[in-house]
Amino acid sequence: MPRWAAAAGRWGWRLPALLPEITFELPDNAKQRFYEDIAPGTACALEFQVITGGHYDVDCRLEDPDGKVLYKEMKTRYDNFTFTASKNGTYRFCFCNEFSTFTHKTMYFDFQVGEDPPLFPSENRVSALTQVESVSIHEALKSVTDYQTHVRLREAQGQSRAEDLNTRVAYWSVGEAFVLLVVSIGQVFLLKSFFSDKRTTTSRVGS
Amino acid sequence: MATAVEILALLFCFGFSLSAAFYFHVGEREEKCIIEDIPSDTWITGTFKVQKWDRDRHDFLESAPGLGMFVTITTYNDEVLLSKLYGAQGTFYFTSHSPGEHIICLESNSTQLVSFGGSKLRIHLDIRVGEHDLDAAIAQAKDKVNEVTFKLEHLIEQIEQILKEQDYQRDREENFRMTSEDTNRNVLWWAFAQISIFILVGIFQMKHLKDFFIAKKLV
Repeated sequence: MPRWAAAAGRWGWRLPALLPEITFELPDNAKQRFYEDIAPGTACALEFQVITGGHYDVDCRLEDPDGKVLYKEMKTRYDNFTFTASKNGTYRFCFCNEFSTFTHKTMYFDFQVGEDPPLFPSENRVSALTQVESVSIHEALKSVTDYQTHVRLREAQGQSRAEDLNTRVAYWSVGEAFVLLVVSIGQVFLLKSFFSDKRTTTSRVGS
Repeated sequence: MATAVEILALLFCFGFSLSAAFYFHVGEREEKCIIEDIPSDTWITGTFKVQKWDRDRHDFLESAPGLGMFVTITTYNDEVLLSKLYGAQGTFYFTSHSPGEHIICLESNSTQLVSFGGSKLRIHLDIRVGEHDLDAAIAQAKDKVNEVTFKLEHLIEQIEQILKEQDYQRDREENFRMTSEDTNRNVLWWAFAQISIFILVGIFQMKHLKDFFIAKKLV
């Protein structure tokens, strides 16, 4: 059951921020659209990052319910876009990998809708100190989690590149050593074969 | 002691559930997967709701009668943690045993073999990592002190999740270091190996050809 469904029961319509954050794979030549119903006046933030794949870039477009493009970037690696919803309706954002022919990309995005309500509503007078501490601690923890996500994504990128490098070095080294061996020994036998026919002519020349 | 009004409000909220959530479209037999990179012992809750496209009305039906969703959760080494068929609306939970990438896949159990033009599904999805749903408890709280306790528990949970992620991050950096050292070692030893192959094969070539030419009386 979504968190805000129960919370709203006690304190009236207090919808906390929705924060869908998804890591998914975007196949080559594909685009993925997401939709979100937003009420006017809500502050929203879209953040995305490409984790693995190709040149680590993707096209991103964000449109409001009337189709007006609020944000459009081609071939970006990561970005952060904040806006306040002016109209009521379904906002669409789309990630396109259509320019890429065979690399599929793993990407992460999170779309924050609305601000989190303070953990303590204003009529709670348990303690003013508790109120301040809980609100600011909660916000601080949220930003810590946010930074941790950034670190995790960058580390995933680094790890995927390191693993790629390792496999490539291993395969190419083995391949190169093998080719070296084959070519060198082949050279000797090829050279020998040049001289094998002329045995009769050489002996005649010698005598 | 919840009053009648509060109970009604709570029930109203259950009905309102996911209609304001974020959603996306998929084909009827398409499988959609989401990757979650999480530390071990992390609790994940996923809530989803599926709506079916009605070709006659050119709109999505309120629900998808007769349609269910297969939810499959696998770890990065293909170990299946959860594989279950839910109805058109449902919630799934799981706890990760090992740190790493967990892949959550949703696929409908539609029996249509061919996807007709325009036939698609709208999936509302909400995935929460590492948080228990404490607000149900908060809503039931008898007095303010209890409520404060629950909210502090929520903060403590958040902190614990951050600590888990930190430990996980440390493990991952260790992995990264090992991979880099492996690459370094590979480069070093294979360079040595190739140089020695060069030298040995060169000596072999010279000796062999010398013997060959001496035998052929060309030298």
